[in-house]
Amino acid sequence: MRHLMNPLDFSVGELNQLFDLANDIETNMDKYAHACTGKKLATCFYEPSTRTRLSFESAMLSLGGSVLGFSDADSSSAAKGESVSDTIRVISCFADICAMRHPKEGAPMVAASKSSIPVINAGDGGHQHPTQTLTDLLTIRSMKGRLDHFTIGLCGDLKFGRTVHSLINALVRYEGIKFIFISPKELMVPDYVTDMLKEKNIPYEEVIRLEEIMPELDLLYMTRVQKERFFNEEDYVRLKDFYILDKAKMELAKSDMLVLHPLPRVNEISVEVDEDPRAAYFKQVQYGVYVRMALILTLLNIQVD
Amino acid sequence: MLNVGKIEEGFVLDHIKAGKSLSIYHHLQLDKLDCTVAIIKNAKSSKMGKKDILKVECDIDMLNLDVLAFIDHNITVNVIKDGKIESKKELLLPKEIKNVIHCKNPRCITSIEQGLPHIFVLSDEDKEIYRCKYCEEKCTENL
Repeated sequence: MRHLMNPLDFSVGELNQLFDLANDIETNMDKYAHACTGKKLATCFYEPSTRTRLSFESAMLSLGGSVLGFSDADSSSAAKGESVSDTIRVISCFADICAMRHPKEGAPMVAASKSSIPVINAGDGGHQHPTQTLTDLLTIRSMKGRLDHFTIGLCGDLKFGRTVHSLINALVRYEGIKFIFISPKELMVPDYVTDMLKEKNIPYEEVIRLEEIMPELDLLYMTRVQKERFFNEEDYVRLKDFYILDKAKMELAKSDMLVLHPLPRVNEISVEVDEDPRAAYFKQVQYGVYVRMALILTLLNIQVD
Repeated sequence: MLNVGKIEEGFVLDHIKAGKSLSIYHHLQLDKLDCTVAIIKNAKSSKMGKKDILKVECDIDMLNLDVLAFIDHNITVNVIKDGKIESKKELLLPKEIKNVIHCKNPRCITSIEQGLPHIFVLSDEDKEIYRCKYCEEKCTENL
């Protein structure tokens, strides 16, 4: 039995199979409409995350399965002090597969070790969020036709953003990737990430201003710069506009550059960019459903002819 | 110069960094063994200047070499039989250590889950970096 804890749990070959399946689902939704009839997905969300939970639920419902679960710790037995190990043993009797979000890092791994059903890590604290990374990769592959030979700009909070770290780790497995990190000094990528890139001889640049490098980018991955991450108000006011993507900055970009964002967006992408054909962040949400459908089928070992 | 007699059967841990012997004594749980233990601190060493030595009269199988290797894999382990050095054991960094150190990350599941062992996994052998199996936080504890 397989679980998904980390985006690197799947080899590049296995990911290709998963993405092929997701693309087949995208074009033949009807074919998969009853693939999971009689199967149940438990969404065990110990902290609220409406978007991820609904994406999982939508995926299972689109496969003809059903869903049960809880959406915050207060409405679960965790409020009574039950351990994750005990909860998953119980959930294993109710469902065929489980997606778990937990504020404590490593909780889904503990669940997987005691579970008799596949467990998907739907986000554990600041640690991993593998289905977001799979979503990002599927979006890039589907819209660009490949996952190699890109210059990708990652912009915003690169220090604390787990989606950014996961995406970097996943992309270094492909050839010809160059990273450009665009962030204020306070929010630069941690040393262990740049050390890893140096060790693997993967080119990267660190820049402060987004405009400078817009013309170079094939992909731009935006994240939110949160005010509370700054040491003082003055720096925040001085820097915040550098990291807001607007129409003027988009004019500097290549005509086929894609803009991605894990969402929710606050103001880091101006709404005027939404109509730009290069804005891929809402398509990304749709790809999130397809990749979760493909993942559920793969982990349940269900094949559809 | 202080003289400590030979042991007949057991082990001698040599080349312990000066001042570390008591920590090793506790982590090897030698306090729980009913046997003779000599702790020699600040002995002269041509190699290290000063060193600690532990002499323990007990069965070698009672020694957790993984814990010892995690603490310092440069320690020399001499196995003593009939009053002589029978062999030297090489210490290799363990791939995994269980319940020797605790994860300090307050966001880690080990901070709340009952009965969950604290496991650290060797993630970089060259840099001797261990990470928590669950949250991947780097071990910063120096035993």
